[in-house]
Amino acid sequence: MKFKLKYKPFGDAALLIEWPQKISEDILNDIQLFVSKIENINHKEILELNYVYNSLLVIYNNKNTQFTPLKIHLQNLYKKSFPTIQKVENVLWKIPVCYDREFGIDLPILSQEKNISIDEIISMHSGTIYTIYGIGFLPGFLYLGGLPESLHFPRKETPRLNVPKGAVGIGGNQTGIYPKNSPGGWQIIGKTPISLFNVNNEMPCEFKASDKISFKPISRDEFNSIELAEVNGNYKLNKSFIND
Amino acid sequence: MIKVLHSGFYTSIQDKGRFRFRNIGVPVSGTMDSISAGLANALLNNNDNDALLEIALNGPKLEFTKPTAIVISGAEMSPKLNTNSILNYRVYQVKKGDIISFGKLQKGLYAYLAIQGGFQSKTVLKSKSFYDGLTVRSRLQKNDSIPYKSKAIVKTLNSAIKNTNSFFETNILEVFKGPEFELFNFEEQRKLLQTKLTVTNSMNRMGYRLKESVVLHNKSMITSPVLPGTVQLTPSGHLIVLMKDAQTTGGYPRVFQLTEKSISILAQKKAGDSIKFSLL
Repeated sequence: MKFKLKYKPFGDAALLIEWPQKISEDILNDIQLFVSKIENINHKEILELNYVYNSLLVIYNNKNTQFTPLKIHLQNLYKKSFPTIQKVENVLWKIPVCYDREFGIDLPILSQEKNISIDEIISMHSGTIYTIYGIGFLPGFLYLGGLPESLHFPRKETPRLNVPKGAVGIGGNQTGIYPKNSPGGWQIIGKTPISLFNVNNEMPCEFKASDKISFKPISRDEFNSIELAEVNGNYKLNKSFIND
Repeated sequence: MIKVLHSGFYTSIQDKGRFRFRNIGVPVSGTMDSISAGLANALLNNNDNDALLEIALNGPKLEFTKPTAIVISGAEMSPKLNTNSILNYRVYQVKKGDIISFGKLQKGLYAYLAIQGGFQSKTVLKSKSFYDGLTVRSRLQKNDSIPYKSKAIVKTLNSAIKNTNSFFETNILEVFKGPEFELFNFEEQRKLLQTKLTVTNSMNRMGYRLKESVVLHNKSMITSPVLPGTVQLTPSGHLIVLMKDAQTTGGYPRVFQLTEKSISILAQKKAGDSIKFSLL
């Protein structure tokens, strides 16, 4: 393997594995390969795995195992090659977003401050393919990488008390979708009618790290019809597989 | 059923929590003070994961529609069964029509009401713990009703344990070093460990913000997983202790990790109480 990993205890029932401190798809792919190996060996004391960007948390049963033996076990596993493990299939999801002024309440400020027209902002934001680096913060919140530098913009100094579910925003070098109504400090540029998390589905969140996302601009009318289909459970998100 | 006549300040159903869904951003949730909750279940011979009521600050008023047995534990909230005062950590038989109510908060913050066999509310993602957006409710409301099994009472249960609440009277929270503890120099580490810290009003099931600014810093890190009991240090030098409904990932340096017992102790603190961290 190509990375030097750090293994750290995190409390008495979790082990944190860190890759180098940077955001890169190579690291993400390496984490996923390692996750596949861990899942493959079906270690009965490993209860849960959670990863985002450059770190992987391994939660274990501390009644039956401890940090040091588990660390050694995982270090050996990392070095081992598993020819049977396939590279995770890359999926591209097209998420419909309405950038109308009604939803994109911060578009005028962004346009003014950046000296870019609103149309250009929309075309840059929707013309980019983003990578999911992990899911966290709130149920169904996707950490996306790949926002064009010309769209980087600081968060609001005072967060809004209530940002609606589905709001699409920009905060610093990140873009993302609020999966539920919550307070938030991002600049809001649009809204998606789809749910990123549905507790009634067998898989409450269909997305996974390393999947790709792009945003498809839609009109206010399309927003209404997708929203209606979504409520009735008839909307199927556009999904395609990418060969690389 | 238990019928909710008054909801109290913040009453929710909790079990041990919601595991294996952190990778899609779902918080663990579960009882804030798992020690007190566990004792209440144990006295009823329940499973450790059986759902009970978690009652914060001000208790609810509840009516039972069929016979069962209950135990109250954790914070001392002057509970009453009909017109009689009752004690924590003691099994009481209740009949149809009996009413449980609570009075003045004497000690602690979170009380638990366990019921024989556990509450039978809806399981969502393998847990009955309330969490906004997952369960229908995030806290009980007036006129809600919660099902429970009516068990035949085989024998008089009168087991009790004494003076169990003393475990949360300490203000010392035992902690492990967090993943970023070593990023701070000796003097900074000393401050983190020796400063007496004050619990503020900014405290809920997600986290407790402590009052003092201890160590200013500009160490940035890439967002990484966090756990209930993780202590984050913000650039303004403030410490935030994440609790059971905390987010699954965070971007501030993680300087400590509380033990499960320390989480239980902190859960019973009120605004103005002081605490200190002690390395294990």
